[in-house]
Amino acid sequence: MRLNVNPTRMELSRLKKRLAVAVRGHKLLKDKQDELMKKFIDLIKRNNELRVKVEEELTKSLKDFMMAKAVMGAEFLQEAISMPAETIKLEVTRKNIMSVSVPVMNFVREGNENASIYPYGFLSTTGELDAAIKKLYDIMPQLLELAEVEKACQLMADEIEKTRRRVNALEYVMIPQLKETIKYITMKLDENERGH
Amino acid sequence: MIPMYKIGVVGEKDAAVAFLSLGMTVKGVDTPEEAQRAIDEMAREGYGLIFVTETIAKEIDETIERYKNNFLPAIILIPGVNGSLGIGLQKIKNNVEKAVGVDILSKKEG
Repeated sequence: MRLNVNPTRMELSRLKKRLAVAVRGHKLLKDKQDELMKKFIDLIKRNNELRVKVEEELTKSLKDFMMAKAVMGAEFLQEAISMPAETIKLEVTRKNIMSVSVPVMNFVREGNENASIYPYGFLSTTGELDAAIKKLYDIMPQLLELAEVEKACQLMADEIEKTRRRVNALEYVMIPQLKETIKYITMKLDENERGH
Repeated sequence: MIPMYKIGVVGEKDAAVAFLSLGMTVKGVDTPEEAQRAIDEMAREGYGLIFVTETIAKEIDETIERYKNNFLPAIILIPGVNGSLGIGLQKIKNNVEKAVGVDILSKKEG
């Protein structure tokens, strides 16, 4: 597809400039895409590993909870853990990976420093519950890392797709179009020259 | 000043209740509609991270996809009481396919 322009010298030099910009932009975007891809592949591998691990551990922990619930009774269990000794908050800062801003998460525990992780007395609860909660606590840091990495991967995947579209649009549409038009004008001008 | 966010959990009661002990906000839901509402509400109220159990998540894919490309909240799937359904892993694969074009993760395994 040739652009619909008049075959004049003015137009020719204008198009040549546009072509130069398009080629430069294409190179830059291509570099960005490559670098993004490299980072993405590292991250996604980590993501996969983490998810497999976390899912396995979490399933175990939830099973323990079910056990505790079976032993203690649902009401007791809920009562025992519904007043946690601390609340958990999230600190979020931004990190820039190749112009994609991804969240960096940090747990902040608010509450009594010395409080035990078990928010209940030991009278009406069982050992199963203690074990289940302990396990859940131990998974938390990994769960958070998973959240961070997975979110970053989602955002990066989107950005990579966008960049790839731009690269392709430049590579397969814009640049060939400009080249063809330039060729057409050059030929037309040459022809006119011969005609005189 | 670093902004602070809350952490929420949405899921069937049996699984979600466990996270109460960690001091997160827990919404026990039974139906997909409830879950949808719970997630939207949490997103509006400034939760930075929402864990959703796979059992519920598989019914409300649309809602989850909607938040996918937002900076926050991050919606992360966790296995429900019956163990992992593989949805979370599948989503990772989808991401890979979207970005790379081919599934490079499972090729490595096989």
